[in-house]
Amino acid sequence: MHWIFEPGLLANSSVRTALFIGLIVAVVSSCVGIFTVMRAQSFAGHALTDVAAAGGAGAFYAGFAPLLGFVGAGVLGAGAMDAIGVQRVKGRDIATGVVLGASTGLAALFLYLSATSGTATGSTQLILFGSIFTVQASTVPEVIGLSAMVLVALGVLARPLLLSSISPELAAARGVRVHVVSLIFIVVLAVSVGLSAIVIGSILSTALLIGPPASALKVVHRFVNALALSGVFGVSATWMGIIFSYDSFYWLPSHRGLPVSFCVVAVVVVQFALASAVRRFVRRRITVPPIEHGRDDQIGWH
Amino acid sequence: MALEVFASFMTNAWLSGTIVAALAGAVGFFVVLRGASFAAHAIPNGAFAGAAGANLIGWNPLVGLVSFAVLAALGLGATRRRLRNDVATALFLVMMLALGAAFLSLSSLYEGAVNALLFGEILGVSSSEILPVVLLSIACALALAALYRPLMFTSVAPDLAEARGVNSTFVEVVFLLVVALSAALTVPVVGALLTFSLMIGPPAAAGLMVTRPNRGLVLSIVLALLTTWFSIACSYTFNLPIGFFVGSISALLYLIARFWVARRSSLSTA
Repeated sequence: MHWIFEPGLLANSSVRTALFIGLIVAVVSSCVGIFTVMRAQSFAGHALTDVAAAGGAGAFYAGFAPLLGFVGAGVLGAGAMDAIGVQRVKGRDIATGVVLGASTGLAALFLYLSATSGTATGSTQLILFGSIFTVQASTVPEVIGLSAMVLVALGVLARPLLLSSISPELAAARGVRVHVVSLIFIVVLAVSVGLSAIVIGSILSTALLIGPPASALKVVHRFVNALALSGVFGVSATWMGIIFSYDSFYWLPSHRGLPVSFCVVAVVVVQFALASAVRRFVRRRITVPPIEHGRDDQIGWH
Repeated sequence: MALEVFASFMTNAWLSGTIVAALAGAVGFFVVLRGASFAAHAIPNGAFAGAAGANLIGWNPLVGLVSFAVLAALGLGATRRRLRNDVATALFLVMMLALGAAFLSLSSLYEGAVNALLFGEILGVSSSEILPVVLLSIACALALAALYRPLMFTSVAPDLAEARGVNSTFVEVVFLLVVALSAALTVPVVGALLTFSLMIGPPAAAGLMVTRPNRGLVLSIVLALLTTWFSIACSYTFNLPIGFFVGSISALLYLIARFWVARRSSLSTA
């Protein structure tokens, strides 16, 4: 493994693959994430990462491609959450929680079986916390294909989804089939979470899904601007994380590099803190009229 | 064979499992009532980071578990009041998990220990830890008992409680601290990722089956105890991680409750 950490960042094919996959996944996560944040579905988004972990662990144990497990289980979990009742606001968190709990149990089983069967060491850390440096170059076409599908689905769905995210009643009155739209959205969410699980591990993929869009929505209000800024935040966090992780090998006396996932999440959290600070500063300067009803992040699409 | 489950080396497992389950059932009842499931998911993950950190610097894991869980609860209490949305909780959660991952990779835990921390280990509580676990559980139970009425009031009718002069912020923060303490105690037994299952599954099932709050609380504790006991027995018998059984039995209980309620309401309308 030590060849990863040798000087010459961009000459390293593993780093190049990481930067490329990171770019794709960060863009897709930002696009899906902005709707997730607006629809206040962060918990569902996070729960799907644990469902994806169960699938990834199962695939690891059975010897399938992990991507297949991550995405397949995510889609199944999305269906289960919809069936139990993610739609009704009351009980939505409970339904999400029950699916989350059950799938974590399954992940525990598969990871334990992989660990004790002896063939696959380090599978727990790999599935849950990921490492973008271990992504095979052969996975790239699959990632591109799935990403394209997610983006096309979002593009087709964008207008009704935006409308039903802001006001379900208005959307229903305008003839949008709100339930169908939200079912498709949660499946898209599951696929995107499965993709980012490859990059920073399943349970940390929430960071790329929620962090950059939430930061972007703090500083700009127009939807298109927020989408673009969120993409910039996501890609920069992923790339900075990769570079920090690569360099961290030289920082510590023990020469243990910090995990990529930790570095990416750290950048995402710093971005969010800075965005919150900027927002507070701007607000103090302009004194926006106090129209907030608690959920001040979700208003203001003009 | 059947009685080997009760062998002397299993005493700690049964004792700690029972204490932790009763506590998780009681705390979880209020978690479900207050719709605080995302916070209940985030706090145990903070505890996980604490345990990993304590391992890195060679401290007692219980110290790491408790201090990080309390830190997570205070952080959530501070950000939730201002933001009142789940974005802050999500980011807090991944930050804690990422810290835990970094601690793990800096220390050299073997994979079995990592799995135990995340997914539980029935023999995870040693004899020397039983006493602190008992004392901290009693503290949690006392805090819950003292808070019972305001907690119920602010959960069921927050506006009315506010009007009657109940300090809901104070109640919320103390409640999150109780969640943190009980999560810190539960994590070594059922694991960081499944503490949440025990806090959500049995209470949610109880909430579906019973409408009166006091009975709901009792039923929630009973179901959590049954889940844990059954899981310990299965985990021992099949030699599989306890987290798998806790997760699937909790979900199964909830599904059974759903069907039971649906059947009963269809019978009563017929």
